[in-house]
Amino acid sequence: MDYIKKQLPDSLTKTGGIMLAVGVLILIMAFIFTPERAFFDYLWIYLFMVSIGVGSLALVALEYLVGATWSTPFRRITEILASLTPVLIILAIPLFFGLHDLFHWTHAEAVEHDAVLQSKSPYLNVPFFMARTAFCLLLWVLFYYMLTRNSEKQDIDGDPKYTKRNVTLSTIFAALFVITITIAAIDWAMSLEPHWFSTIFGVYYFAGTVIAALAASTFASIKLKEGGYLDKSLGEDSFYSLGTLMFGFNVFWAYIAFSQFILIWYADLPEETFWLIHRWEGSWKFVSLALLFFHFVLPFLILVGRNAKTNLGLLKWMAPWMLVAHALDLYWLIFPTLFRGNASFGWQELSFPLIVIGLTMVVFKLSANKKNLMAIKDPKMQMGLDFHL
Amino acid sequence: MIGKILKKLDDKFLKSEPRTGELFAVAALFDTPDQIIHAAEKVSDSGYKKFDVLTPYPVHGMDGAMNLKPTGIGWVGLIAGMSGTFLAFLMIWWMVGINYPNIFGGKPYFNLPASIPIMFELTVLLSALTLVGSLIALFMKLPANANPLMDTDFIKRVTSDKFGIYIEAKDPKFKLEEVRAMFESLGSTSVSNIHDAEYDLGDTKNPLLNGKFIGAMLGTSVAVVGITYFVLNVLLFLPPFNWMHYQPKVLPQTESKFFKDGFSMRKPVEGTVARGFMPYEFKGMPDSMVVITPNPLPVTQKVLDLGKKRFDTYCSPCHGFYGKGDSRLRGQFPVPPTLHSQKVTNWKDANIYHVITNGQNTMPSYASSISRDDRWAIIHYLRVLQRSANAPDSDLETK
Ligand code: HEC
Repeated sequence: MDYIKKQLPDSLTKTGGIMLAVGVLILIMAFIFTPERAFFDYLWIYLFMVSIGVGSLALVALEYLVGATWSTPFRRITEILASLTPVLIILAIPLFFGLHDLFHWTHAEAVEHDAVLQSKSPYLNVPFFMARTAFCLLLWVLFYYMLTRNSEKQDIDGDPKYTKRNVTLSTIFAALFVITITIAAIDWAMSLEPHWFSTIFGVYYFAGTVIAALAASTFASIKLKEGGYLDKSLGEDSFYSLGTLMFGFNVFWAYIAFSQFILIWYADLPEETFWLIHRWEGSWKFVSLALLFFHFVLPFLILVGRNAKTNLGLLKWMAPWMLVAHALDLYWLIFPTLFRGNASFGWQELSFPLIVIGLTMVVFKLSANKKNLMAIKDPKMQMGLDFHL
Repeated sequence: MIGKILKKLDDKFLKSEPRTGELFAVAALFDTPDQIIHAAEKVSDSGYKKFDVLTPYPVHGMDGAMNLKPTGIGWVGLIAGMSGTFLAFLMIWWMVGINYPNIFGGKPYFNLPASIPIMFELTVLLSALTLVGSLIALFMKLPANANPLMDTDFIKRVTSDKFGIYIEAKDPKFKLEEVRAMFESLGSTSVSNIHDAEYDLGDTKNPLLNGKFIGAMLGTSVAVVGITYFVLNVLLFLPPFNWMHYQPKVLPQTESKFFKDGFSMRKPVEGTVARGFMPYEFKGMPDSMVVITPNPLPVTQKVLDLGKKRFDTYCSPCHGFYGKGDSRLRGQFPVPPTLHSQKVTNWKDANIYHVITNGQNTMPSYASSISRDDRWAIIHYLRVLQRSANAPDSDLETK
């Protein structure tokens, strides 16, 4: 292993900063002209950041949990992406001002005349909602700090005890992650339609977060490898499993999406079907079809072959593709509540790509400044670098 | 205990006497994955082509070490899988759309969502089975029914704790002493010569047709099927769930605590007609009061076939298959008049409909057993019978 730390270029913070600034500006304009829509845009951005940040954290924990060696050379990159997690706390604050615009169940006068909402109110009420969000966020941040601290300390002395500690932490986190990501999905996305329910919804969102996190890690890893920031001996075979996981979780996502769909379709109960019908009305139909083909069918066909997964040129395209697909997925989950009948994409929505990309670039660069881009003294590192199919 | 029994069986059936056939290969065992990778590299670098490596678990980096070309097996899996998808689609489409159309839950006869799980399962099933099948075919080198490596100590070790490599004697570069020396210099713990087994093939040339082999396969199949049947249908048998049967629901002819009048059976809402219970306007009225309406059904092959089926079932016992009044009831019921009479021939369809629906003297009403459409179809068929009994000569002329 002959890794030498190179600083990432400053252009990352500059371009990222400009994008972020323009995005925020657009969002502020949106808040002035169309406040309700702006909050939906903001929720979209927020959930996407949760997907990448917390999803990456889950990938880090997963590596420790299963003792994978192939992924060790990439783990630090995933850790750096997970550094979006602490940022989520700050990002959550504006959301709390939008509860009334976003969530129908916060309207006291509506709940009063609505038996369904009344019976759900022990769970869906503002204080408990805030408490749950705070709980999830604090838990994620806590584990982010514990896991990355151990991993970074190991860079100094290579003591295997840090790996052991992280394995224990990851075991606990795995269970807590499943619970918290389910809470997040139910609270922030499913309760937009408080009359609707789907018990598989948490898993659905979870599948999306893992794909997004994998795609972000894959893209960052390939870019860094091309730029010569990683160890030279890292070969293409090592990327194989990133591609395979992305492919696998995409199939998993489709499986869950279909499971959700077919039960609703079969039972044909009005209290459930309306949610799908909203997504099949007017131009929403095309968004739904686009989701099917763009998120599942095409990536499935492109990534199914073995060669596709070691072809870095192709993976470099498929990773952003899957990120866009996940953005589309979240759009499809969130916006039908706001745009009944027809989908819409206006200047307000431009804030999404600008803020998401800009913020990720800035946070990545700032977080990477102080760290090695590879976990240089991890006991599994050499095995990871020697990995061959 | 079980281990001992297995060992005894093993000794009895699988320990073959030293083999006398031609030399098949030289095989070597190694202790560690690193050694086997090294050995594979050496063998492929020395230019041997017909060699293979066997390990108890997949060893990463082996493809490169053996200098393997990318295999086409993925395509086999893909094609088999896609055939599964397509076959499942065809199967469901034909079964529920054509052969046995039935309405489930108000869905169209054929619908894609309900077919997708089956398409998915068949995709997986077909590709998995085909791949396992190809694997066996390749390893056994069909039509041979065994690989010479089978039943050797070599294969026993590589399937448990050792890493093995062998070079076939057919390899153009093969020289027995050289190969053995190379394996030994690589640090092998055991190098062995593997000979072909001389099986008694009897009269047949093709080992797949050998009587003993077929007998063994049949025996195994019967045993597997029998054990599976016993385990699933006897040991693990669960009676079908009958929760639906005992669910709280309204039964006919019972008391209801829900409705005020205490009846669980309800009358149709005022001004509505229950499906299939359209009342007949001229019930109990004489034929003369029937308002003549045309037969609503078209004369098509399908309608006539239906009419014949219903006529043969419901009318022929008394009226005979041709409506000639040749009852099959042997006097147990008044013999009806012929349906080819002037009267019935000149009747309008609605009059005959009236007789079927309302009954006439001794003939009972068939309103409750034959649906409305079926009655009209019977009448079309009756017209065919009448025409065929009085066919004019012009019908016989061919064009
Ligand atoms: C149980 C025996 C029986 C069956 C079955 C039966 N019929 Fe009749 N049908 C009779 C008898 C007996 C008469 C003569 C009634 C009378 O005395 O007017 C009759 C009379 C008729 C007549 C009137 C004939 C006339 O000259 O007045 C028609 C038309 C007729 N049947 C049609 C049918 C058709 C069509 C069916 C099948 C749906 C059918 N019948 C089934 C016993 C039967």
